[in-house]
Amino acid sequence: MTLLDFARGPAFFAAFSILIAGLLWRTSGLLLLRRRRNLAKVRIRGPVAAVAGGLRAVAMRSVPPHELEKNITFQHFTGYAWHIGWFVTFLFLGAHLPFIRSILGFGWPSLPNGVLLVITAITLGILLTLYIRRLFHPVLRVITDMDDHISVLLTILPLITGIAAFAHWSVFGLRYETMLSIHILSVEALMVWLPFGKIYHCATGLLTRFRLGATFIRRGVRA
Amino acid sequence: MRQADSRLIDYLRLQGISRRGFLKFCAAMTSAMALPPAMIPRVAAALEQARRPSVIWLPFQECTGCTESLTRAHGATLEQLIFEAISLDYQHTLQAAAGAAAEAARQEAMEANFGQYLLVVDGSVPLGNPGFCTIGGRSSVDLLTQAAKGAKAVIAVGTCASFGGIPMANPNPTQAVAVSDIIRDKPIVNVSGCPPIPVVITAVLTQLLTFGTLPELDFLGRPKVFYGESIHDRCYRRPFYERGQFAESFDDEGARKGWCLYKLGCKGPVTYNACATVKWNGGTSFPIEAGHGCIGCAEPGFWDRGGFYDAMSVTRWGSLKDLAIAAGAGAALGAAASALAYRKQAAAIRREKTSTQDET
Repeated sequence: MTLLDFARGPAFFAAFSILIAGLLWRTSGLLLLRRRRNLAKVRIRGPVAAVAGGLRAVAMRSVPPHELEKNITFQHFTGYAWHIGWFVTFLFLGAHLPFIRSILGFGWPSLPNGVLLVITAITLGILLTLYIRRLFHPVLRVITDMDDHISVLLTILPLITGIAAFAHWSVFGLRYETMLSIHILSVEALMVWLPFGKIYHCATGLLTRFRLGATFIRRGVRA
Repeated sequence: MRQADSRLIDYLRLQGISRRGFLKFCAAMTSAMALPPAMIPRVAAALEQARRPSVIWLPFQECTGCTESLTRAHGATLEQLIFEAISLDYQHTLQAAAGAAAEAARQEAMEANFGQYLLVVDGSVPLGNPGFCTIGGRSSVDLLTQAAKGAKAVIAVGTCASFGGIPMANPNPTQAVAVSDIIRDKPIVNVSGCPPIPVVITAVLTQLLTFGTLPELDFLGRPKVFYGESIHDRCYRRPFYERGQFAESFDDEGARKGWCLYKLGCKGPVTYNACATVKWNGGTSFPIEAGHGCIGCAEPGFWDRGGFYDAMSVTRWGSLKDLAIAAGAGAALGAAASALAYRKQAAAIRREKTSTQDET
């Protein structure tokens, strides 16, 4: 079995199984947790108010808070930029669409490669900048742990290996199929890590914001 | 049967090949072997003096497609020229003799040219029941090991002989293997392809005749000069790949405009062969030019790599049952984790209550 066959076959299946199992493990574990009775006085009651409060929290926490705007604007908007760039590359690269179609059963038109190369390069540039900043920033450095390093590197790797495979770069004399295998394996590493590291926020980020808003509105607090 | 005692040039002269024709052949072979033009006189001089090599051709689990490709690809060609000029002492499909007479001729040629003849093999070798593939009542393994003993070199023609090929496809009922899995002590050149390009075997023979050496080989034992670049690298549709212009189906506008066939399962990017440069049918075209993606027939394992029409980015999911097991295991782990957390929480609450009562 070649490395490419391994990456496309058993490794992908194993990574996907771990992703599914890990997501269900952590998510069901969270959902089934016993929660203490809320003893706070109920000020606003009803499901409509709860949903409205939840949605408001999701929206409000998606923009920089006014008080901190000056300090976090760079981090905030570059964060948005690379997330969007990462997903646009994943969802609209021509070579990715057969993969997406094989999962969903349908696809959509791809973007021109020239456009995607620019987007990918910008995304990669932002990610590297943010990571270097994280390494040297006096505060960020203190709150960065191994989980952050692994999560960031596993997010960056598919971009670098993807560009190398796409452009047929012969890194260290490696052939295209090896680069493609490494690219697929880097995505699989991300899939395996996703449920267990901080990247898990993609499954819980919006949900926790919503829940926070829905809980707070009960007490009359607009989160 | 021809005897391997005359010079190649004498034989060609007898065939009515002119000096000009011979030099044209030398120039073409020098170019095919990626040698500089200055080497043409040397190739010509060496070929003039070369003795017609004795060739034993053993067919095992094969479809005769390789022989068809090499002998009938196109009319009076350079490949045919050299192919007819070798002393082909044993070849089932082409020889007139049959049965015991053919086997006796093979034995005689092998003894007469021991250590000097070339052994060409097409087809994979079954290791299962010896009766799966026999010639004159002898198993393939037996014939191959005996013939390889006196061979100067072995040329495995076609993907079956080179890597196992279609007979090796899962579940490999005959336990087919490649020639190189059995013969370890002889130089082996793999001329893979299903079928291989005729000029490749001609070039290998020419190199052996002119320089007495085998061509430089890649890690799969194939001549680098023909298998050094991927079909994708030399494909005329490559610019469409670079621009992200792909045919979505075999009859859509993109297909008619000649866009890249990547999404239709073309394996050109991972297939190393000279199809895009040498082409087929006398240089007329190659599969991608005819509108069909490359199926990767020159690569090991191409027969078991999923659908020919699946793009390379498409992965294999395994079975839904296995995924359901994974999902079930995940959910069970989650339930167990929360149950554990429940117990710990309850214990903590009990402790909290006890300590509060104690304080009061």
